[in-house]
Amino acid sequence: MRVGVLALQGAFREHILVFEALGASTVAVRLPEQMEGLDGLVLPGGESTAIAKLMRAYGFYEAIRGRLETGMAVWGTCAGAILMAREIGDARPDQEPLGLMDIVVRRNAYGRQVDSFEAPLHFRHIGEPYPGVFIRAPYIESVGEGVEVLAEHDGRIVAAREERLLATTFHPELTVDLRVHRFFIEQIVAVQ
Amino acid sequence: MSEQATTGTLRVKTGLAEMLKGGVIMDVVTPEQAKIAEDAGAVAVMALERVPADIRAAGGVARMADPTIVEAIVDSVSIPVMAKCRIGHFVEAQILESLGVDYIDESEVLTPADDEYHVNKWDFKVPFVCGARNLGEALRRLGEGAAMIRTKGEPGTGNVVEAVRHMRTMLDEIAWVAGLREEQLFGAAKDLQAPYELVKWVHEHGTLPVVNFSAGGIATPADAALMMQLGCDGVFVGSGIFKSGDPAKRARAIVEATTHYNDPDIIARVSRDLGEAMVGINISDIPDAERMQERGW
Repeated sequence: MRVGVLALQGAFREHILVFEALGASTVAVRLPEQMEGLDGLVLPGGESTAIAKLMRAYGFYEAIRGRLETGMAVWGTCAGAILMAREIGDARPDQEPLGLMDIVVRRNAYGRQVDSFEAPLHFRHIGEPYPGVFIRAPYIESVGEGVEVLAEHDGRIVAAREERLLATTFHPELTVDLRVHRFFIEQIVAVQ
Repeated sequence: MSEQATTGTLRVKTGLAEMLKGGVIMDVVTPEQAKIAEDAGAVAVMALERVPADIRAAGGVARMADPTIVEAIVDSVSIPVMAKCRIGHFVEAQILESLGVDYIDESEVLTPADDEYHVNKWDFKVPFVCGARNLGEALRRLGEGAAMIRTKGEPGTGNVVEAVRHMRTMLDEIAWVAGLREEQLFGAAKDLQAPYELVKWVHEHGTLPVVNFSAGGIATPADAALMMQLGCDGVFVGSGIFKSGDPAKRARAIVEATTHYNDPDIIARVSRDLGEAMVGINISDIPDAERMQERGW
């Protein structure tokens, strides 16, 4: 199994370390052609505006949409979840999401950095409370019919799945708890 | 928040810095510049009243920016906004926290307010980034509660030599600590004038416990890629962008070079036709008393 982590900007190294600890072979993806042969791709946390600009400048939008049709799984964390959304609630006019997943996401939904927080989450299918780390986080405002809600915090959706797509508004890569990464590999990437 | 939630933890403080990695943080003095920076792909902006080159030229006492400027910049962009307070000036820091900035830079670019102590950064919910020239300085700042480090370089010069020197010193000293035997760490803590627990952490992990950006003198895409190849996590560009001929284009080019720092073809392409770079200053031409890097204890 080969998992790529988009390495344009943000916390990509942390994702790579976790996947390697779980025995997956990983690729740091900086150019679209590096997605060749990947079973899964992670869009990491970072600054969504910065990542989106670099993605567009290097042709990632078309390339990811194309790879999706050939069965690549995609997981977006925080900024990555924003990019995956069908619609961004409070987008800047020039901010076009990738539109992979039938969710509407609101950016910086909890306020500024002083409002960033940690909270235990009940994440479906993975058991005991999961340590949620929310940093200038978005939340998922609404989901389409085919989307399964996996976790909520304070009445807001913070994790969801639609077939081979996973979105989390928090940062599993900043914890030592590997369960969400394992869930992505075992329940999404490995299931063809 | 009705459900259990904890704000201001070290993990969310250091976590924001993790999200900025591989990115460029740009000095701006107006909302218009902040938008140019955001459009170019900056991961954050540093709200200032003057860029370091102008602070250097103006002389006198440099202080925290006017809250009106900071607030206008906070309102103009959706990326994180940082702002500088003077070394040891905890009231300026309190003001910046109340204005809603996302990171405070306790910075040697401004005139120090305390010649002995830095701000006790554990008192704040907002995270701090601090400058350092070497490992001891970095670990002292972390001991005081900083959540991110930047090597200092020499601000406002457009001369990358000090940035390189500080990054190399940092990495050399980390390698030295990592290679020591455990009983030597007590002596190392004494030599570095740094908290023992942090020295031990560096020994065990072979790296700093927080993100380390490079700052102070980066003016070109090649400078940014140089610092990234040397091993920093991202770059601050101060005067280098808005003191140049075509700020928007140069800003975009530095962003791309920071992401693709290992790809000379891309760096070559983005380095073309950027217009005038900022005029640089040789470090030997700056009197000792005017070297900003010497500030901080």
